[in-house]
Amino acid sequence: MKQIKVLGSGCRNCEITANAIAKAAEQAGVEIDLVKVTDIAEIMSYGVMSTPGVVIDGTVVHSGGVPGPERIRAWMQASD
Amino acid sequence: MLDPFDWLGDRVAYDLLGLAGDSASGAAVQFFVMDVAKIFALLVVVIYVMGLLRALVSPERVREFVRGRPDWQARGLAVGLGAVTPFCSCSSVPLFIGFVEAGIPLGVTFSFLIASPMINEVAAVLLIGLLGWELALLYIGAGLLVAWVGGIVMQRFRPERWVEAYVWRIQMGEAAVPRPDTSLLGRHRFAVAEVREILRRIWKWVVIGIGVGALIHGYVPADWIVEHLGDGQWLAVPAAVLVGIPLYSNATGVIPVAEAMLGKGVALGTVLAFMMSIAALSIPEMLILRKVIRWPALALFAAVLAVSFILVGWGFNLIT
Repeated sequence: MKQIKVLGSGCRNCEITANAIAKAAEQAGVEIDLVKVTDIAEIMSYGVMSTPGVVIDGTVVHSGGVPGPERIRAWMQASD
Repeated sequence: MLDPFDWLGDRVAYDLLGLAGDSASGAAVQFFVMDVAKIFALLVVVIYVMGLLRALVSPERVREFVRGRPDWQARGLAVGLGAVTPFCSCSSVPLFIGFVEAGIPLGVTFSFLIASPMINEVAAVLLIGLLGWELALLYIGAGLLVAWVGGIVMQRFRPERWVEAYVWRIQMGEAAVPRPDTSLLGRHRFAVAEVREILRRIWKWVVIGIGVGALIHGYVPADWIVEHLGDGQWLAVPAAVLVGIPLYSNATGVIPVAEAMLGKGVALGTVLAFMMSIAALSIPEMLILRKVIRWPALALFAAVLAVSFILVGWGFNLIT
């Protein structure tokens, strides 16, 4: 199971990102463990300054905005 | 030259709605339609082109550029990069912490925080399109100057003592931010996403700004403006700044208001000071920054900016 973290201190774009990921996972039939990280110290420990950021299994795959739908679908398809 | 946006405004206000060309409502509607069409067309084009060029520099990159340089170089970069990065005020906290963690002096960070909301390439293109070259250059030049000097003045007060203790303890991971897709298709996708994202964020401010501009254009009598806000009205500048500081709008949203004010004969320096104070600082922005610095630093920051904007306003009113 993929562990996906959405980094962001609760701004609207972070909500949008988290929802889009949850929806894409459901559509792709992929089980994920989605966590919203709002603690600023933890966000920064990933080296991310511009939120929202997305971390999959410990690797930063995206930062600085809502990711596009194609990007999100590609993350779901990438092999575990 | 036939201006298609002007033409569109005429058609909607005078033909479609049947308003009289010399009435207040006619003038206001004409201004509103013309500016909505013109500004949104410009915004889509500029943001798309900037996105294609990938000129939108991320804060992570800025931090890498600025860290470890001598003070004047760091400040120059912070001001310059601040001017080309349209960052969302919701990232000011991570940005502030990231800069502190990289050992970038606080004064330089403040320079960046002043320049960034006030100047960006989108606002620059709109300024050129709506108000002309000279005014765009004056606004940008004055903005860069305020950011440069404002940061130095902040540094003088040793603002480190007002930084929240937890900020110093945060350890930042090495940025492992993924490389962007630089193929033509990748650039196109990125540009389209940028247009959507930025428009979604700023459209309200732009429409409100155009609405206020249209009301001024249609309903506020020019005689009244010239008498109270025209040349030689010294107190108009501090008044404009004090009104503008708590108000929030995006730099882009202020431009139609400035357009209408200038059209009615408000003195140039007064308009510039007003634009800057609205774009640079606001109550929501202060509340966000409060998470990293305490009230004395915020009050000082607001005061330094207010004084700078007043001086800029007076300066321009003197020379024009």
